[in-house]
Amino acid sequence: MFEIRIHSRGGQGGVTAARLLAMAALHDGKYATACPFYGAERRGAPIVSFVRIDDKPIKVYSQIRQPDMVVVLDESVMDVVDVLHGLKKGGRVFLNSANKKVFEGFECHNVDVTGIALRENLVVAGSPILNTPVLGALAKMGIITADSAKKAIREMFSDERNVKAAEAAYKEMNA
Amino acid sequence: MKKIATGNKAVAEAVKQAGPTVVAAYPITPQTEIVEQIAEFVTSGQMPAKYIAVESEHSAMAACIGASITGIRTFTATSSHGLLYMHEMTNWAAGARLPIVMANVNRSLGPGWNIWAEHTDALQERDTGGLQVYVSTVQEAYDATLMAFRIAEHNNVLLPVMINLDGFLLSHIMQPVDTVELGDFIPAIHLPHAIDPKHPAGYGTLTGPDQQFKFRWEIERSMRDSVKVIEETEKEFAKRFGRKYGFTEDYRCDDAEVIIIALGTLGKEAEVAVDLLRNEGIKAGSMRIRWLRPFPKLNLKGKEVVVIDRDYSFGFGGIVANEIKAKTGASLYSVIAGIGGQEVTYDDIAGFVRTRRMGEEFWFGVNAHV
Amino acid sequence: MLKAAGPDTVMVVPACCTSILQGIYPNTAFNVPVYNIAFGAAAACASGMSNAFRAAGKKTNVIVYAGDGGTLDIGIQAMSGAFERGTDFLYICYDNEAYGNTGMQRSGGTPMGAKTTTTPTGKTDAKKDIDRIIAAHDPPYLATACAAYPQDLFRKVQKALTFRGPTFIHILAPCPPGWRYPTEKSVEMGKLAVKTGMWVLYEREYGKVTIGPQSKVAMKKPLPLEEYLSPQGRFKGIDTRVVEILKQRIAKNFQRLAAEEEASA
Repeated sequence: MFEIRIHSRGGQGGVTAARLLAMAALHDGKYATACPFYGAERRGAPIVSFVRIDDKPIKVYSQIRQPDMVVVLDESVMDVVDVLHGLKKGGRVFLNSANKKVFEGFECHNVDVTGIALRENLVVAGSPILNTPVLGALAKMGIITADSAKKAIREMFSDERNVKAAEAAYKEMNA
Repeated sequence: MKKIATGNKAVAEAVKQAGPTVVAAYPITPQTEIVEQIAEFVTSGQMPAKYIAVESEHSAMAACIGASITGIRTFTATSSHGLLYMHEMTNWAAGARLPIVMANVNRSLGPGWNIWAEHTDALQERDTGGLQVYVSTVQEAYDATLMAFRIAEHNNVLLPVMINLDGFLLSHIMQPVDTVELGDFIPAIHLPHAIDPKHPAGYGTLTGPDQQFKFRWEIERSMRDSVKVIEETEKEFAKRFGRKYGFTEDYRCDDAEVIIIALGTLGKEAEVAVDLLRNEGIKAGSMRIRWLRPFPKLNLKGKEVVVIDRDYSFGFGGIVANEIKAKTGASLYSVIAGIGGQEVTYDDIAGFVRTRRMGEEFWFGVNAHV
Repeated sequence: MLKAAGPDTVMVVPACCTSILQGIYPNTAFNVPVYNIAFGAAAACASGMSNAFRAAGKKTNVIVYAGDGGTLDIGIQAMSGAFERGTDFLYICYDNEAYGNTGMQRSGGTPMGAKTTTTPTGKTDAKKDIDRIIAAHDPPYLATACAAYPQDLFRKVQKALTFRGPTFIHILAPCPPGWRYPTEKSVEMGKLAVKTGMWVLYEREYGKVTIGPQSKVAMKKPLPLEEYLSPQGRFKGIDTRVVEILKQRIAKNFQRLAAEEEASA
C-alpha cells in the first residue's frame, strides 16, 4: 500500500487533488481511497488530505502516520505544520515551488505549479488552480500514469486548460 | 459502472435510483452532502421527486410520515443531534408501520460540539421498532441503501430502515464504487394501509389498554419476520449483482480463538488487526455486525470476544457489548474506543486483543491497564 | 455588540457559525461566558437562564446570538414562546441568508432567487419576514441592523439592553464565501443591500416605527437592485421575472413601513 499525505490550505483544492489522484489510480486498475482530515475548517487554514493506493481493497480508515510521500501544495504551510512528520526514510517530497529545496534523508522534487497555473490562465476567483497541474507532476513521478491522470482530469473538468497545465507540469518535472 | 465516490454521494446515488416521490431534508454535518446531492439531482431533472427543505429534523420525519402514508416512497437523512431531534418521530414512523428509509451519518453527541464519528446517536434509536444496519465501505453504503427500500417495503416488514455510516470516516472518504442497473430489484411500493378517501379510516386514534399491546406485538412480529426478508433480499442482490452480505461480515472466524466485534469502519479496520495478530500466532478473527435490529444470531460458542463500542450507555456499559452478552452469554472484553471520533488504528485494535482481560471494561485513553 | 453590552453579559449560542468562531476546546475567543446549546433551543434556554438570573436578583444581560437558520426555522418555536412570555433578554439574529455553518443550504432567510446548495437554480420561495412575526408579539423593542453600519448596530444593542422584556435585533451579515463575492467587498455589499432597499434599517419601539436615515434615502431614491445582485455569485443568472418580484417586494415593504411610521408617530 502506498500512502500519500497532501498539505494545503483551505480553499486551494487540496481535497480535490486527493480525489483526482484516487480517480487516476482507479483508472490504473488500482484500489484507491482519498480522504480529507476535517478539523475546524476555514478558508486559508492548513488542511491535510490522505490518499492510499493499493492493488487490493484498502481496509484502513485511520490517519496516515508514516506516509510514503508528502505533497505540499502551499509552501507557507511549512511555517506552521511539520509536513515531514512521519515520512518514511527515503520517502518522497513534492513541493509546489520554483526553488529546489533539500530535505535530508528524503527524495525531494519541485515544480512551480502555481507559476504553471498562472501561465495557463488556470485561475478561478483570483486563485490559481493547483490540483490539476500537480497531477501531471505526480504522473511524472510514477505515482499514476499520465494517461490516467488526463482521464481523471477530463472526468472532472471540461476546461482543457487543466490538461494543458498538467502536461506542462509533467514536462517541467525532472523525475 | 465503476466510479469513485464518497459515502454520502454513494447513498444519494442509490436514493436517486430507488426513486422516492418525496424527500424531506435538513442540513447537519456530516450528512449534508447527501441532501445537497439529492437537491442537485431533483433540480437538474435526474430525479423526479418533491424536495421539501423542512425547518427541522422533527419536521423532516413528520413530513416523511405524511408523505409515506399516502402510499409513496420517501427518504430522509440526518446525524447525531438531528436524529435526536427526530426521535419522537422515528418512534412514530415505526408505530405507524411506515417503510421510511433514512441514512444516518453517525456522529457524536454534544455538549461539547463534536462532529466526528460515534455510534451513540443511532444506538439510542434501537428501541424504536426501526431496523438498523451499519456499513463499512462506500460500496456497502450504496448497496445497503438500495436493499433498504426493498426490505422496508416488504409486506411482512413495513417498518423504517436506517442505514448508518461513520461520520467523516465513511461519509467523506472517497472509495471505488460499482453502481448497478437496478431493473426491477426494488418492486413498486404497495402500502396496504395507505390513505384513501374512498375507504376512510382513523389513523393512530385513541387506543385503550386492552388493545395497544396488540399493535406493539405486531411490530415485534414484523421485526422477527424481517430476518427472512433481509436474508432473501441479500441473496437476491448477490444473485443479480454479485456482492454478498449477511447479518455479520466474518473474517477468519472459523478457527479463531478470539473474535473482535465492532460496527462500521472499525469493524473493517479490525480485519487488518486480525492479519497482524495471526502473524504473531494469535488466532484472531473479526465479526463485523451489520444488522443490529433485528439483532442477529451470533455464533460465539467457545470463543473469547473483544467488543469495541464506539458508544456508551452511562451507568451501564458499552451498548453493543451488553447486547451481545445478553443474547449469547459469551465471555467478553469490553473496549470503549472511538468516542467523538477518537483515533483508533489497527495497531490499537491489535493491542486490545493482546492485552485483553476477559470480563472487564477498558476505556481507551482513560484506563491505564495496557 | 459585546462592546455595547458590557462585561455583565452571558451569550447563548445555538449551532451556527459562531459555534466555530469561538475556537476549539480548551480555548474560547470570547471574554464573556458563552453557553452553547442545541440548535432549536436557544431562546428556550435563554428564557430559563434569564428567569434564573432575575430570580437571584442579578441584572446580567442574557443575549442569544444566533444565525438565520437557527432563528427563522428550527428556532422559531422557542423564540415565539420566549417572546410571548415577555422574557427579559435580547435576541440577536445575524442573518447571512442561509445555513452557513454547514456550507450554505437554503433557510427561511434566503431571499427569492438566491442560489444555495439546496436551491442550485435559485430559491423559489420568498424570504420569511421574521421582523413582522416578532413584531406581532408586541415586544418593547426590535430593530434591524447591518454589519456595514457598525455604529448604528452598537447604538441599537445598547438601546435594546435598556428595556426590560424581550428585544430583537436582526442584523444583515454579508457572507463572502456564501454569497460568492470577494471578501474585501463585504462592507460595500452591506451598504448596497440598504441602498437598494433589499434591507431596511428601522426600529420599532413599543410599536412606534422609526425608519433609519440611510433607508429614508433609499426609500426616496433606491439604487437599482441590479447593483446589489450582480456582484454576487449567488444571484448569477437570476430570472428577470424574479428580479421584478424582488423590486415589487422592496416597494411594498417601503410603503408598508412608511405608512406604519406615519400612523405610529
